[in-house]
Amino acid sequence: MLQVLINGIVLGSVYALIALGLTMVFSIMRVVNFAHGQMYMLGAFVVYYIYGQFEMPFWLALLASALVLGLVGVAFNRFFFQPVLANAKREENSMLMAVGTALLLENLALTVFGEKQRGVPQVLDGSFIFGDIAEGGAILTYPNAMVAVLAALFIVSLLLFVQYTRPGRALRAVAQDKEAARLQGVDVKATTTLGFAIGAALAGLAGGLLITVYGVNSGVGTNISTKAFIMIMIGGAGVTSGAIVGGILLGFAEAIGYDLLPGSLTYLLIFVAMIVFLIFKPNGLYGKPWG
Amino acid sequence: MKSQKSHDLQIAGLFLALLLALPLLVGDSRYMLSVLMNCMGLSLIAFGVWLTFTIGRINICQAGFALIGGYATAIFLTRFGLSFWLALPLSALVAGALGALIGSFILKLRGIYFSMLTISLTEAIRLAFLNGGSFTQGSKGITGLPQPFGDSAVWMYYLAMGLLIFGLWLTWKIHYSRVGRIFRAMRLNEDLAESFGTNVWRYRVLAFSVACALGGLGGSYFAVFTQSIYPQSYSVEHSIYFMLFCFLGGLEFVSGAMVGAFALTILFELLSQFQQYQTLIYGVLMIVVILVLPNGLMSITFKRKEARA
Repeated sequence: MLQVLINGIVLGSVYALIALGLTMVFSIMRVVNFAHGQMYMLGAFVVYYIYGQFEMPFWLALLASALVLGLVGVAFNRFFFQPVLANAKREENSMLMAVGTALLLENLALTVFGEKQRGVPQVLDGSFIFGDIAEGGAILTYPNAMVAVLAALFIVSLLLFVQYTRPGRALRAVAQDKEAARLQGVDVKATTTLGFAIGAALAGLAGGLLITVYGVNSGVGTNISTKAFIMIMIGGAGVTSGAIVGGILLGFAEAIGYDLLPGSLTYLLIFVAMIVFLIFKPNGLYGKPWG
Repeated sequence: MKSQKSHDLQIAGLFLALLLALPLLVGDSRYMLSVLMNCMGLSLIAFGVWLTFTIGRINICQAGFALIGGYATAIFLTRFGLSFWLALPLSALVAGALGALIGSFILKLRGIYFSMLTISLTEAIRLAFLNGGSFTQGSKGITGLPQPFGDSAVWMYYLAMGLLIFGLWLTWKIHYSRVGRIFRAMRLNEDLAESFGTNVWRYRVLAFSVACALGGLGGSYFAVFTQSIYPQSYSVEHSIYFMLFCFLGGLEFVSGAMVGAFALTILFELLSQFQQYQTLIYGVLMIVVILVLPNGLMSITFKRKEARA
């Protein structure tokens, strides 16, 4: 049981990081970034090359994955989303672009990185051991502990940034009401770009962290995006606290399910539970009505 | 509206005439025939997605209902020994009924929530078949389905065409009728439509159920075309492609779904000579189309005509 708890915390913290990135982009642009999972995959590959292949320090690789994905986010926003949002006749068009960018990133990754599953060498060696393993004790490997601690650290620093800095306040203002923010002198364009960059960088960080545990392959994107959708639907799209709660809930559900049930049955139950939940609470736990 | 309909009719007519004549020209090439048959089946499934667009819902679970149709056919054929001609409509009915049941709960979600939920639904349906035990034979799938025409590719081709015409006709009839106008009213403003006395709930379940039945029909066709069905035959990616077909063809025209399906599928085949760069070029071209033609391929020809008029 303790082991399940530990697995849940590790998974949940990274999932919360993934969901936060997606919800950030949604709250500011009203676009569900379908490419979020592909951005996660790209972040993992950045770490794979810099840390795994070129053998540079892990923290540098992680920093690079945040930076690279931040730049990808800026470019996507500037060249793909802004033109579409400016001329679209129907609101669905931004979603079309989001799907298009997801396919583009995935196809690019398949061509450049191939289909093979990739891993990186262990960042840390060893593990915490709680109690006697044979009698219900638990293991927390150092890499897993590091992933959870770093993810929590990133989440806390993001929350502090959004709460207490000027650009953070601008982000919240744009998320609340774009026009009112503009009238108050907020540079909406720059803030939107910043929001998209942060969202993408969070996906990259999550990928860079989880590659140390699970490895990565080019096709993982859709799967991660689907999980991210579950999390923000449970919590409520565009709500920060909702994303964190949704991420942790999914992490625990997955950990408990994998402990008790054979493989793919876990997700079947998660999907069914989520659909039933949304029938009763269509806006998630904390979401506002949105049509 | 009127010119839109006539434009729609011209494109649809042109398409069907071409499809009718093509086997006579490329009759020897099995490859060409199978590409076209693929396109026709995909169009049939995409009509369903197109129909849900008209009520203002982005439907990303069509692959799930194609899977239901495919499995229904496979089980009817192998387990109950039904004839294909009975299994085909029954499979569509099964998919339509399940669609109505699921739809009556989930259709109250709107916008992005509905889309995200339907993505999960695609995955849920796939996992349900994967975990179906001996009934669905898990990841092994059901293989060796009998073909209705033995080895004759040309007859299979005309079956696909017949199904395509049926799908087009049904979608057409619904869209250009009173029901279609109600659907459009619901897309523009659901609350307003309701305040005018429309039973919104009933109409959106109807739209979704017909859409799922078309998905099931297509799934049934593909199951006998490929003589097999597996849980991984249809995944989230397929659902996304069905949606893209509609977008890239054009959401304003019934033929849009068909134009999109043919254009994207044939484009992908044409790019096969670039080997490992095939998917990359395909992805880039798709982005270019989205940027240049946000309202779909059919808006090119239509705009020109509007300019002349």
